[in-house]
Amino acid sequence: MKSLLKMTWVEAKLFLREPASAFFTLIFPLLMLFIFGSIYGNTPPPGSSNSQGAIGSLIPAFSAMVIGMVGLMPITITLATYRENGILRRLGTTPVSPLVIMSAQVIVVFIMTVLGVILLVLAGVLVYHVQFEGNVFSILAGFVLGSLSFFGIGFILASTMPTARTAQIVAMVLLYPMLILSGAGWPRELMPGTVQKLSSFLPLTYVVNLLRGLWIGESWGQHTADIFILVVMLIVGVFVSVKLFRWE
Amino acid sequence: MNTIVQVDGLRKTYGNTVAVDEISFNVQEGEIFGMVGPNGAGKTTTIECLEGLRKPSGGTLRVLGVDPVQESHVIRERVGMQLQQSNLPDRMKVWEALDLYASFYPKPVDWKKLLTQLGLEEKRNTSFAKLSGGQKQRLFIALALLPDPQLIFLDELTTGLDPQARHAIWDLVRDVRERGTTVYLTTHFMEEAEHLCDRVAVLDHGRIVALDTPANLIRNLEAEERVVFSVDSPLPVGFEKAISGVVRLEVQKERVIVHGKNHRQIPLVSEVVSLLSSQGVTFRDLRTEQPNLEDVFLSLTGHEMRE
Repeated sequence: MKSLLKMTWVEAKLFLREPASAFFTLIFPLLMLFIFGSIYGNTPPPGSSNSQGAIGSLIPAFSAMVIGMVGLMPITITLATYRENGILRRLGTTPVSPLVIMSAQVIVVFIMTVLGVILLVLAGVLVYHVQFEGNVFSILAGFVLGSLSFFGIGFILASTMPTARTAQIVAMVLLYPMLILSGAGWPRELMPGTVQKLSSFLPLTYVVNLLRGLWIGESWGQHTADIFILVVMLIVGVFVSVKLFRWE
Repeated sequence: MNTIVQVDGLRKTYGNTVAVDEISFNVQEGEIFGMVGPNGAGKTTTIECLEGLRKPSGGTLRVLGVDPVQESHVIRERVGMQLQQSNLPDRMKVWEALDLYASFYPKPVDWKKLLTQLGLEEKRNTSFAKLSGGQKQRLFIALALLPDPQLIFLDELTTGLDPQARHAIWDLVRDVRERGTTVYLTTHFMEEAEHLCDRVAVLDHGRIVALDTPANLIRNLEAEERVVFSVDSPLPVGFEKAISGVVRLEVQKERVIVHGKNHRQIPLVSEVVSLLSSQGVTFRDLRTEQPNLEDVFLSLTGHEMRE
């Protein structure tokens, strides 16, 4: 327990000392919000059935973007680098359990994701007077599910890719189409039908759907398909990453 | 003295390649035991089997009385390890690494004391990536000492360090032994083994070709030693005849080199000096050249350390 606390604390500091991961988790989504905000403002489009303005619907989508970026980039790069550079090898000669190492990673990236999303929501509320119409607990639960199921992808990539460089490239190749096509960047409804079909193969789409729905007050019952897919991802992620863990 | 490491017929193969070919040796408590040999001789494979990081293909191993693979938790808790290829995260600070690693052990030593003892006090807040090679190795020694181990393994500790840093590390290793910790090290520097180790196992192509104290290894070599000096006036004729065991006398202008057998009762140098003074020859710049472990290796294996 003591080692988990220490490790989490050190890993959190290391995360924030890495300019790229801190920027993409905490700053970049905010910048996107302000850019979109300056283009559209937050007045509901005329004739729209709900009271959500453009920014209102962007907050849950950008939250999903934070989840996607954190799940794929920092976890993958950190663990793959740790393995390639012999950092895990050194840890493996001590009594520390692999579970402690992985848990510390999960806790740190989860806290960073939370921080990123809190910044987004705060900016939305303070700057654009965004309305939240959902249930706080159900959206929090959706957020936790979306995050954890996505972190699994990072762990799997980190343990299957031969080098840190490959892991990083593969993570980016997976991340970019998701950011553009899953609805995290802009609404899926605006995309042509074929692209929408394509996007249903992207895991991030389900996080976006779930969070957007819960944000405007839909219930978990209306999103069973999204939830099912995310739960499967979570189980596969945990199972595979524990199974594939190796020190070198 | 207790046996702290016991190796009996250790064998390790990778496919058709035999990395370690049935070697046997013991390490006694409190000694600095060195395994020397060229790169690829099997030193790292052997040490990694002892550390429980690799599974031997055959033979029996006991480290602190337990099988290092079966009971790797005992080894991880009570043995300090410095690995040949290992690292810390670039941006981790020295004190953070010590504080973190200390939390892994049930009864760690005070890392703040280690920081001072290993001369890292000033580097306390420096990131790992910004440390010099010697400082990194000192940090790794500190990490290895955290569990207050009975035994530490040091694999190629000074490879890549400049001579000054290397000598500083040697002093540290001697200090570690003074604390009562047994040291098992591997090196491909014969000089390091000669200066540091109480006993040395010479490994070549996966086999131990010799195992003894450095002094005995050199003495048993029966190699030549040389006494070199300069004279202003020519030597008396038949000078060398008066010294027992002289193989050859070489005179290059004022420089004289006496080649003699090393394996003798009276040291060659004392005979040469007493003869020179009894004959009233003034000499200067006298030094002796002893055979070293490098020569031992050459004579045992028929090839140089550096291929």
